[in-house]
Amino acid sequence: MTLMLTAITAFGGLVFGLVLGLLKTFPHSKIANAIGALYTYVFRGTPLLLQIFIFYFGLPILGFDTSPLQSVSIALVAYSSAYIGEILRGSIQSIDKGQWEASASLAFTYWQQMRRVILPQAFKISIPPLVGFLVSIIKGTSLTSIVGYIELTKSGTIVLQATYQPFLVYAIVCLFYFALCYPLSLLGSRLERRFIPSA
Amino acid sequence: MGYKLRFADVLRYQHMMLPGLVATMRLSCMSFLLGVAVGIVGGYLKTSDKPVARRIAVAYVEFIRNTPALIQLYLVFFGLTSFGVWLDPSAAAVLTLGINCGAYATEIVRSGIEAVGKGQKEAGFSLGMSRYQVFRYVILFPTIKTVFPSLGNQFILTMLGTSVVSQIAVPELTYAASIIESRTFRSFEVYLLIAALYLALASVFAVAFWLIEKAFLDKSLRLPGRRTGRVVNTVDTGLLPQ
Repeated sequence: MTLMLTAITAFGGLVFGLVLGLLKTFPHSKIANAIGALYTYVFRGTPLLLQIFIFYFGLPILGFDTSPLQSVSIALVAYSSAYIGEILRGSIQSIDKGQWEASASLAFTYWQQMRRVILPQAFKISIPPLVGFLVSIIKGTSLTSIVGYIELTKSGTIVLQATYQPFLVYAIVCLFYFALCYPLSLLGSRLERRFIPSA
Repeated sequence: MGYKLRFADVLRYQHMMLPGLVATMRLSCMSFLLGVAVGIVGGYLKTSDKPVARRIAVAYVEFIRNTPALIQLYLVFFGLTSFGVWLDPSAAAVLTLGINCGAYATEIVRSGIEAVGKGQKEAGFSLGMSRYQVFRYVILFPTIKTVFPSLGNQFILTMLGTSVVSQIAVPELTYAASIIESRTFRSFEVYLLIAALYLALASVFAVAFWLIEKAFLDKSLRLPGRRTGRVVNTVDTGLLPQ
């Protein structure tokens, strides 16, 4: 469950984060930049728990008949796309201006430049911080247990109510998360080190 | 949309939100201070010459950073009861959030310490300072100056993280939100309002930290000539030991 939620969040976050990143770096429209900046500001400046509450309780009220999984996924995707958008914006802006000029001199349109020249490089640069953020996503899924969604944390609580051994149960849950996240962290730092000589 | 947003019902409970706000602020500040203290110790350990010290610090940081804050909270509040330790919710909250913040602060401080050139440390030793003196007078101040923005950011993250402790009934802002929600059943309005409050808080603190940083930075640049403001800083603020 946790893994599925993580996967949904990761993919959704990447898609929307990409949209957001492109919005924020679009040179021809200050409005697009502003929309992207506002979205990032709102979703990074509020706690994830509250965002989950708002989407989980709010979406049915607004008339959308969503399952718990859907509401919770939407909340997590919204949150992660803000951060991923920021990461991608940073990597897009760090691409050497020469790339833009070279592709412009080859008569690429903006979107062609983006798709064929800039984004592939930006993605490569952004992989280490994205892996790091994946760890945050995994930790974020634990908050969904509060609205009753059954994933690792919640199943721990359920087991606890049967066994009455809080330390043992939560320690094991902790170890599970650690086993999920630590390899990713190591991977992330190794990737980061690999990029320094190649930059 | 057949639902009418009615904020009036929620605003009637403002008297509950203010204490929640104050409690959140107190919680964040105490946790952050604890976290910075732990972070300085951790940063010192991580950059020490002894591998044992380094490994302890690394284990601590990796454990905290790769496990969710909620689980850490449950572990402290519920888990310690297995050993007979019953903690007050607020105490457990400050302890957990402080330790959590401390791990991130350790990384921040470590990067700051490494940014202070080795030459500074060696210069300190050559002047006959003990290791503690070198750390306190030569390394610590430039480190804090360098990492101040990151620490400010960490404060805001910690403040947003306090919403999680509402789960063990610590009377802070998110907890106030759930109380109001259970009385008015206007979950959407309540949580939107409280989220806006958090956003406002985060913005205020972001500006505050920026202002403090401006005040800080300008101070060291007032000395003529040297722009790096390293060992020169300690002369400026009178920290050099006699």
